[in-house]
Amino acid sequence: MAKIYSKEKLASSKMLPKKETIQLILSYSAAFNVVKVGKLNFEFVAN
Amino acid sequence: MANNQLPDGILVQQYVSGNEQALSHLIERHQSRIYGFIYSKLNDRDLCDDIFQDTFIKVIKNLKTKSYNEEGKFLPWVIRIAHNLIVDHYRKNKKMPMTRETETYSIFEFIKDNSSTIEGQMITEQVEEDLKRLIEELPNDQKEVLVMRMYEDLSFKEISEQTGVSINTALGRMRYALMNLRKLIEKNQIVLTN
Repeated sequence: MAKIYSKEKLASSKMLPKKETIQLILSYSAAFNVVKVGKLNFEFVAN
Repeated sequence: MANNQLPDGILVQQYVSGNEQALSHLIERHQSRIYGFIYSKLNDRDLCDDIFQDTFIKVIKNLKTKSYNEEGKFLPWVIRIAHNLIVDHYRKNKKMPMTRETETYSIFEFIKDNSSTIEGQMITEQVEEDLKRLIEELPNDQKEVLVMRMYEDLSFKEISEQTGVSINTALGRMRYALMNLRKLIEKNQIVLTN
């Protein structure tokens, strides 16, 4: 039987960020708020 | 229509209206292309994750402050933010992205090595060797003047002082030395080019 000399792919060909990165973005989004007072925007991150 | 089938514009509107889930769908839909774009410029997974994260923090800020105008170009907009962050990163580190050679672009078109090649050095050595051999065939008085002038870099005044002849005689000997050299080159059919 013929041998297969090609190496097994170590990494997925699809480039994706880490799950923790996505989680951090979503958490930041949930915590981030903007309050508009007149012409001013106040940004705050709720804990 | 399921959320994952909605166009980007609708998801952006939903997110701006307070639907946090819409952002999750947008990230899921475009993460591969955005992350792939960043990785193509940085080649470092950890750094890519940092830039990816910073890109979406900017996206979130812009969307929540309503400074983004939806024109059906969500992905190009995010990619542009990522690109600007990559440029900032390189500026901060004062280094340029690595350039790979392609069929249409070669770095060696812009950078040239002017030092002689091994072949060039061998030709030069050969020419010098041939010339020395020819000089040896010249009459002694002519050879003496030519060697002093060309190899020792003496002036004709210095040559005349050292050989005890007048400057005009030294000049004449040099002239005859060159004429005889030419004749020897022609006679021996030697090519003295580098």
